Amino acid sequence: MGNSAVYLEMIRIRFLMMLAYRTNYYSGILIYSINIGAYYFLWQAIYGAQESIQGMDAAQMTTYVAVAWMARAFYFNNIDREIAQEIQEGKVAVEMIRPYHYLGVKTMQGLGEGLFRLLFFSLPGMVVIWLAFPITFSDNFAVWGFFFISILFSFIVNTQINLLTGMATFFLLYNTGLIRGKRVVIDLFSGLLLPISFYPLWAQEIMQFLPFQAISYIPSMIFTEAFTGTEIYQALGIQLFWAAVLIIPIQLMWVLAKRQLIVQGG
Amino acid sequence: MFYVSIFFQYAAQYLKTRLTYRADLVVEILSDLLFQAVNLIFILVVFGHTTTLHGWSREEIIFIYGFFLVPYAIFTAFFNIWDFNDRYIVKGEMDRVLTRPVHSLLQIVIERMELESLFGVITGMAIMFYAGSRLGLEIHWYDPLVLLIMVIGGALIYAGIFITLASISFWSDSKTDLMPMMYNIGNYGRYPVDIYNRLIRFTLTWILPFAFVGVYPSAFFLGRTDWYVYAFLTPVMGLLFLTIAVVLWNQGVKHYRGAGN
Repeated sequence: MGNSAVYLEMIRIRFLMMLAYRTNYYSGILIYSINIGAYYFLWQAIYGAQESIQGMDAAQMTTYVAVAWMARAFYFNNIDREIAQEIQEGKVAVEMIRPYHYLGVKTMQGLGEGLFRLLFFSLPGMVVIWLAFPITFSDNFAVWGFFFISILFSFIVNTQINLLTGMATFFLLYNTGLIRGKRVVIDLFSGLLLPISFYPLWAQEIMQFLPFQAISYIPSMIFTEAFTGTEIYQALGIQLFWAAVLIIPIQLMWVLAKRQLIVQGG
Repeated sequence: MFYVSIFFQYAAQYLKTRLTYRADLVVEILSDLLFQAVNLIFILVVFGHTTTLHGWSREEIIFIYGFFLVPYAIFTAFFNIWDFNDRYIVKGEMDRVLTRPVHSLLQIVIERMELESLFGVITGMAIMFYAGSRLGLEIHWYDPLVLLIMVIGGALIYAGIFITLASISFWSDSKTDLMPMMYNIGNYGRYPVDIYNRLIRFTLTWILPFAFVGVYPSAFFLGRTDWYVYAFLTPVMGLLFLTIAVVLWNQGVKHYRGAGN
């Protein structure tokens, strides 16, 4: 690929753009800490006198919550809304004739944003949280390695779902409902709000067949060492599987979208 | 009178535009319902692993959630200003608003309203009735009146907090991701605030008083007498926070210099 330099440049530009706004992120860390703090106490109250729920003790749960929210800062992006807006404003037509793949550019912009938040938000945020709450970090170097591989997949799968949601605007023309619905579904089914193992068995069985577990549940379980040994490889395998499978509907939708492109207004 | 007629003209326009994209309208109402279900599912799943939350039963927590949905629905229907900075300041829309002879905040409220969010009122009432009947709560003659006052108070608190956050954009037009995070923090006002430590409890009561859009007013209907003082503070806090927000907004408009071109 001769134009991989172009994509790298996209990451860099978005990163620098975010860097210009960095002061706001410090206030963001404070709000995030309140958020995680409140969640921590809520879980303390839920645990009450119980030692462990579904094989996780209260300390692991706290770590799960903290890492799930911090990882979210990395994989989360608004490219679904950006794509929807560019389609509605007709800008996408211009983007399509440019010498790069539109979806690739969007993905790289999301990555630039994510890398920025990982460095300037999640890392300092984790330190603040670690000072305030009893969080346990693994001293096993391999766990950290698996975790970083895992959140990279989180980013890929989440971005793929965002691309699909954004592209749906080509067909729906007006897409705020679907974007909002998708966000709700991801919060619930990805394991951000609750570890999937807490759900009733029938619900767990359904979620096993959905891609959302790859977004939050798997990296968080790896980080808290609730997954060990072969479980880790299996989990990473699931992420890899979804990252590969989701390419198919994206390509399909892209081809169909190009065919039925309607530029609204002029 | 003038404002009332302006409101209805905007509402009519709004319905026309929304009905043009019917598929999206349906998806949006469904996604609202889904959003409401998510939090309910959270409560149900959690109570699958415990019987009480700091002395509060599952039905009581569900009742609080039902109450919360009502003021929240009113807030989201009329105060859709989470993207104020981007939409009005950065893109310069604010200049257009300021040239018109209606108060700027009111214009933005009616421009951006999303009436379909009012469905949440029905969901909330249904959840309250369900939980209330499970708890064997009696309905007194004054309850509807108190509910109305509490709901208005709660909606005003939400409005006040988010208008205040939007007003920051007049001084600093750079991006903040505060608003989406604030929506998350709002969730914590729905649980008995004595589960939190003093700092968070204080924050949820006096600084970001989301507890007044959840547990405090609900305490009145649930007969938790030790929280009545807080319950009756709900409308006071609502008026206070809205007043602060409007004053800040007006100051901000005076300070506003435009985004340039």
